[in-house]
Amino acid sequence: MATDSLVFDHVTKRFGALTAVDDVSFSVGKGEFFSLLGPSGCGKTTLLRMVGGFERPDSGRIYLDGKDITDEPPNARRVHTVFQNYALFPTMTIWDNIAFSLRLAKKPKGEIEESVDAILEMIRMGDHAWKYPNQLSGGQKQRVAIARALVDRPQVLLLDEPLAALDLKLRQHMLLELDTIHDQVGITFMYVTHDQGEAMSLSDRIAVMNRGRVEQLDTPAKIYEAPVSSFVAAFIGDTNFFEGRIVSTEGDYCTIECPGFASIRAFNDRKLAVGQNVHLSVRPEKIRVTLTPPPPEKGAGINVFEAKVTDVIYQGVYTKYWLRSVGRSVSALKPHSRFLLDQETITWNDKVYMWWHPDDGYMIENFSELDASLVQTPPQSAKGAAAS
Amino acid sequence: MKKRSRLAEWLVTAPSFVWLLLFFAVPTLIVVSFTFHGHTANGGVAKEWSLVTWRALVDPDYPAIVWRTIRLSFEITVWCILLALPCSYAIARLPKKMRALVAGSIMLPFWTSFVVRVFAWKTMLHPDGWLQTCYISFLQVRGWLFGWLPAGVQSFLEWSGLVSHGAADLSTATILDSELAVVLVSVYTFLPFAIMPIYTAAEKFDFSLMEAARDLGAKSFYAFRKIFVPGVKQGIVSAILMVFIPAIGSYVIPQMLGGTDCVLIGNKIFMRAIQNRNIPHASALAALMAFSVLVPMGLAFWWRRRQNLRDKKRLADETARRMTMGGVA
Repeated sequence: MATDSLVFDHVTKRFGALTAVDDVSFSVGKGEFFSLLGPSGCGKTTLLRMVGGFERPDSGRIYLDGKDITDEPPNARRVHTVFQNYALFPTMTIWDNIAFSLRLAKKPKGEIEESVDAILEMIRMGDHAWKYPNQLSGGQKQRVAIARALVDRPQVLLLDEPLAALDLKLRQHMLLELDTIHDQVGITFMYVTHDQGEAMSLSDRIAVMNRGRVEQLDTPAKIYEAPVSSFVAAFIGDTNFFEGRIVSTEGDYCTIECPGFASIRAFNDRKLAVGQNVHLSVRPEKIRVTLTPPPPEKGAGINVFEAKVTDVIYQGVYTKYWLRSVGRSVSALKPHSRFLLDQETITWNDKVYMWWHPDDGYMIENFSELDASLVQTPPQSAKGAAAS
Repeated sequence: MKKRSRLAEWLVTAPSFVWLLLFFAVPTLIVVSFTFHGHTANGGVAKEWSLVTWRALVDPDYPAIVWRTIRLSFEITVWCILLALPCSYAIARLPKKMRALVAGSIMLPFWTSFVVRVFAWKTMLHPDGWLQTCYISFLQVRGWLFGWLPAGVQSFLEWSGLVSHGAADLSTATILDSELAVVLVSVYTFLPFAIMPIYTAAEKFDFSLMEAARDLGAKSFYAFRKIFVPGVKQGIVSAILMVFIPAIGSYVIPQMLGGTDCVLIGNKIFMRAIQNRNIPHASALAALMAFSVLVPMGLAFWWRRRQNLRDKKRLADETARRMTMGGVA
């Protein structure tokens, strides 16, 4: 397609017995902010390094703006990388660092000066032009690394966990800055991260990778709300899995019989048939926890279960409750309203109701026990308390 | 944190100062003071002060020998650094286990006596050997390349060391007893001293910088020149000192392999001290040599410092200029 910036065509890369990237095919649109998200060792960095030219795929091709770049050396590709450790040249000033690619391209002197000064202005580092990298803070180095990679307007900018070394506040600030820069330059960004928050807030689309494969490629909202596999559901955010079998369908809804638990109603938009084994994923923030049963106007079809609070973890923005219902641990998040001293709070060992609308559960057919281990489990003390 | 007392600080550093004083400063001063005495018939130093030794130094041979010593030491240093840079780079890029093995094997020749190794070279450089054949071909090629130049230019090139030296007559030329043999074996001998400091610097070098340079469009060799070489600058400076200083004072290699045409200052000092038993004269030669090396080095350092200061000032001015420009705009 003419509007594709990068195309991966059945790309595979092995390191000895390990298959780091396993038959990956997808394309990245021009000007898109595209993220590769996955746990460490999922192959996302290897994929990025293959675009940069630092690894050669064992099979498959990579196209950049329609041109096959699989066998081109790194210096022949108009693709630049922002490295995790910034990799600024310590023996050069900031100005010379940024001018590096322009000088290599033998641009006229005036043009180099113009471009470097302009990009220094953009990252608001004009006053630091004649400093050396070791005189800068982490966030400043980060901005210089981005400027150095952007100054000669590459076809694609690769970012390899660029914010991993920064502290939380600076990271949040740099997220905004990256977004602004992307809007200003209009270059395709390919962003590698294991941090779902970064990927979610920046990306047009995300490819979630696991064990060398792309599990799901979609917009952030789709990935969060409609995960195609238990891995995506468990890796992005947190969730509760209920395994069971569809016993009946009623219009858009169905009833799932969960052995050892209860029957749960769920939205059946994909028209799964009766008898199908599924795993229902219910996100903790979608489960309501109350001391009284839900009011009747919430509808007759909602799922309501009695439970006992086994643990309460105050986390500022919300409180996390670990609940036990029919021998099963479930996590739920409750956001705080105004902090009132006389408010009736839910606390340890309270008998509560947990409930959610059938629309808030998402059925997953593609389930692996391995992924279930990614789901948070209640703290050990809570288990002990529940047993006693 | 409590500040350490001046006395404690002094006590900690005192041993090294005493060591330097006793084994470096005092002997140097003794050597210099010897030069202001004559020598006695039985090889001692005369009691009374005189300038007789310095006057005797006005020998038409010495300037040529000093120049040859500096020129050859320079050549040896350049070759050592040129070879040590890629070697250190290659070793530092090896897997960790291999690195220790290879770095260790570079030190392996030191398990054999230095003189024995030079003797071994004597065999390798024998007129019936293949190195002799190579040498003759080298002289032939050199003849084709530079033979057409006027005689004056040729002798200047040879004097300056820009063109390697050797007998002009191909029928009698031998690699043994030539300057080339001295340079070759000196490079062989001093190369580990060049590799070690550069390798130590290379081991700490962040090789992701090379990837960054490649990523920004640099070819491998450009990245090596512009990123790796400046990155191991400290190691190169140590390597230069580690090679140049012993090369200046070397006398075993020119003695055994250099023949009569390649006498260096070290040989002269040895000759004056051991054969002529004229310690003051040998001391004066040593002082002269040290002087002729230290003065240019001092000048170079002074010039570098001035240059650095000028750069810093220029950068500061530039920054100020840009900032005011930004203010106007």
